Amino acid sequence: MANVNKGHITAINGNMIAVAFEDSIIQNEVGYVLIDEQRLKSEVIKITDDTAFMQVYEITKGLKVGDEVEFTGEMLSVTLGPGILSQVYDGLQNPLPAIAEGYGFFLPRGVVLDPISYKKKWHFTPTAKQGDVVYGGSIVGWVPEGVFEHKIMIPFDFKGEYTVESVQKEGDYNITETVTVIKNAKSEKINISMSFEWPVKIPITAYNQKLVPTEPMVTKVRIIDTFFPVCKGGTYCIPGPFGAGKTVLQQLTSRYADVDIVIIAACGERAGEVVETLREFPELIDPQTGRSLMERTIIICNTSSMPVAAREASVYTATTLGEYYRQMGLNVLVLADSTSRWAQAMRELSGRLEEIPGEEAFPAYLESRIAEFYERAGYVELLDGSHGSMTIGGTVSPAGGNFEEPVTQATLKVVGAFHGLSQARADARKFPAIGPLESWTKYLGIIPDERVKDAHHILRRGNEVHQMMMVVGEEGTSTNDFIYYLKGEYLDFVYLQQNGYDPVDAVSDPKRQQYVFDKIYDILYTDFHFDSKKEARHFFNELRQLTIDWNYIKMETDEFKVQEKNIDKHIQSAVSKKADKNDLKRSGNK
Amino acid sequence: MKKVYNRILSIVGNVISVRAEGVSNEELAEVKTKRGTSLAKVIKLDNDMVSLQVFAGSRGISTSDEVRFLGAPMKVSFSEDMLGRIFDGSGKPRDNGPMLNENMIEIGGPSVNPSKRIIPKRMIRTNIPMIDVFNSLVVSQKLPIFSISGEPYNELLARIALQAEVDMIILGGIGLKFDEYMYFRDKLEKGGALSRSIFFIHTAADPVVEGLMVPDLSLAVAEQFALNGKDVLVLLTDMTNFADAMKEIAITMEQVPSNRGYPGDLYTQLASRYEKAVDFEGAGSLTLLAVTTMPGDDVTHPVPDNTGYITEGQFYLRNGRIEPFGSLSRLKQQVNKDTREDHRAIMDGMIQLYAQYLETEEKRSMGFRMSDWDKKLLKYGGLFENEMMDLSVNISLEDALDNGWGILNQCFEPDETGFRSELIEKFWPKS
Repeated sequence: MANVNKGHITAINGNMIAVAFEDSIIQNEVGYVLIDEQRLKSEVIKITDDTAFMQVYEITKGLKVGDEVEFTGEMLSVTLGPGILSQVYDGLQNPLPAIAEGYGFFLPRGVVLDPISYKKKWHFTPTAKQGDVVYGGSIVGWVPEGVFEHKIMIPFDFKGEYTVESVQKEGDYNITETVTVIKNAKSEKINISMSFEWPVKIPITAYNQKLVPTEPMVTKVRIIDTFFPVCKGGTYCIPGPFGAGKTVLQQLTSRYADVDIVIIAACGERAGEVVETLREFPELIDPQTGRSLMERTIIICNTSSMPVAAREASVYTATTLGEYYRQMGLNVLVLADSTSRWAQAMRELSGRLEEIPGEEAFPAYLESRIAEFYERAGYVELLDGSHGSMTIGGTVSPAGGNFEEPVTQATLKVVGAFHGLSQARADARKFPAIGPLESWTKYLGIIPDERVKDAHHILRRGNEVHQMMMVVGEEGTSTNDFIYYLKGEYLDFVYLQQNGYDPVDAVSDPKRQQYVFDKIYDILYTDFHFDSKKEARHFFNELRQLTIDWNYIKMETDEFKVQEKNIDKHIQSAVSKKADKNDLKRSGNK
Repeated sequence: MKKVYNRILSIVGNVISVRAEGVSNEELAEVKTKRGTSLAKVIKLDNDMVSLQVFAGSRGISTSDEVRFLGAPMKVSFSEDMLGRIFDGSGKPRDNGPMLNENMIEIGGPSVNPSKRIIPKRMIRTNIPMIDVFNSLVVSQKLPIFSISGEPYNELLARIALQAEVDMIILGGIGLKFDEYMYFRDKLEKGGALSRSIFFIHTAADPVVEGLMVPDLSLAVAEQFALNGKDVLVLLTDMTNFADAMKEIAITMEQVPSNRGYPGDLYTQLASRYEKAVDFEGAGSLTLLAVTTMPGDDVTHPVPDNTGYITEGQFYLRNGRIEPFGSLSRLKQQVNKDTREDHRAIMDGMIQLYAQYLETEEKRSMGFRMSDWDKKLLKYGGLFENEMMDLSVNISLEDALDNGWGILNQCFEPDETGFRSELIEKFWPKS
């Protein structure tokens, strides 16, 4: 590239600039605005005649009409290779800790650092051999990255068949050194190193086929795993008004979900929330691997005060990195918090482009963009026959907590599970505030479907009675109905709710869930008879207390067994009393 | 370098445009009119057409008035001399003190690197139980007070300012009524806090656009003090006026409105201000409390709605009390584990019971017979409102917790409260 393609600014409106150019340019091509010593990254988003409209990924303060713009000829890309895990990036894959080291408290404009180290040596073990036929996505070897075997692959954009010409011996290499040479049908040799670039807005599809997700992704949150499960490779969304606990729920999931890799895309949300993850994860131990949780985590952090255009890019960066690790046969979970901020970034841009607005000024292509994003999730069969998955969970922050708004509705159309958070439950300090009556899932979980439906029936019935009681009062309700109500409340209190801050109760593994669910199921379908509502309320209050205490006890302990016996005894007291009464009746009849 | 232009091509709302070259985005300019000189900021460039928003408003501007570009964006002086001083919305003295021109700092500077932030863990005690017990305020928190007009939000703000343990206070008033401004000044003076305060006051009588700079000025100065080791509390009142000023400019600029006329970037604009709240490792901190009045008591109005998504919780002020529902401090979990072991249990338990009380209250008002349980709840609700929620209650956190157990003991049997048995054993008042 001897001649750099250049243009100059003709107009500035917020973070959008118009650039006059001469040579040909590419839609979504990256360019740099040159100002003083800085290079501000920008992306072409619209081209009319000889003007390109570009969004600038930085603050545009101080730019002038006439400032020079340099085009790169490449679309917005991320660097893929070993060393991505446990990194903290901004939306454009700039490592934030490295920026902090160099520049202190603030994020200076126009700083671009290497996303992964070009110097670090990785221990490469070849798996391909001379003469092997390979395709884009084929594995030629691996390096250890934390606890994982990081597979070295032929770049995904290589079309057609190639033959391995030579493979380097086992040894230490950096990411730019050639580890394999392959040749194409015309016998041209191509050097393959351990890293390559991939445009973020293009899905990676170097696999055999996409399959239907069937294996549950356990989150250790009871209401999710039991009632509204998500499968590996599936999609789900968590809409909720502010303060309903979306982020806390995401944080719990990012810690305890049984996947290999978690990618957190903090998209336009509070910086403080990311900080918790940033500071706590390195200290937390992953029970599955015994290593720090950070080793399986990537954080893409483009918080609300960071440039809005980079926010738009951040969800794509996250999914691209997720797809890359999926190609290695790993199970990846991408958590996007929040997709509404991403949609708003699109809206801001659309407004500046003076596009005809759709509902609530969101652009007309909102729905298709959201669908494209979630469609990147999936459970896939890779070229070597193994499987990998990428699950996407997105929070939605609907304006005014009203689910009728465009982003929520567009999301509900494409996801496989809906965990709707309710303000009423959050206000009553019920955590997680997932509304059990509104939420739904298309996936099957760890508890047989019929039993879940039965339990759900009690909830629904209990709620009906509750609604009725609000109108006719407690005295107008039959004791039988009242018991339904108490059973529903009981299930809600001891099973649906979970204390996210208690080390035992916050983490309910499948074994425990199945065990406890069976116990509670039996209670729900036990016939109780009480003389008065007061007696019934008293009985259930005590039962609730016993069960809550049970929830705080580790399952392997003797205490757990003891407490279970206490619960049984308490149940027995009500059931046997009923038997006594029946005896009395019979003797009276004689 | 300072070029002067004296042909104003258009005057629409508070935005004027001139043809000029070599002007940079967000640069400041002076507009000289018969009425005096006003500052203006470049908000859009299209070839040589420059649009500026005029802080003093466009009223009285003639098409032949002078526009002089200053070659730099808005700056504000920063020094210890600012303490005890009062400035207006463009940073000029509002008191009779001298103009400050030294050590100019840029406003609206870059955002803090998230990886340099630390987990907030210092509680700010206010001696207001509804804050300390139920929604603790934490250093570096950003928290709005949602309120309707007529509620004593400025009184609450002033009380927090006086009782909170911070080094200094910066008050940014946007569209403040004159008597409210005087109220703050007198209150802080009486409380002996004026000498550690800085005011940036834009009153309702000033041109609307001038209020747009107040949050940036206040936060830029606060940030510098924080970097110099001070724990700064910034109070902004009222952010709805700020958003309305932004709306006015956006509509003038013919931007497509997103919701009720507000610009699509409302969230981003508010966030870039609120996110200035920070705890600098090894230096000071910036804590931000802002009043957001809710037009028509509607929390789904775009301003409170967007604010709620940005801030770390919110205080709802209703009927002169901090409402326990909806009020939330997202950072309380960081501090309330280290106060007293019953803190969290009291916090959640009392609110759950209060929620049940409200339900009972509703039934009662519909004329239903009250069961024994209902009667207990009614008693509880009354005690809770008078001894915890009332804003006049001024007691320490520990006293408030003890008080909580006392109220529970007066109303319930231990097993009716849903508390864990170990806590009941330890804290339930004996006898």
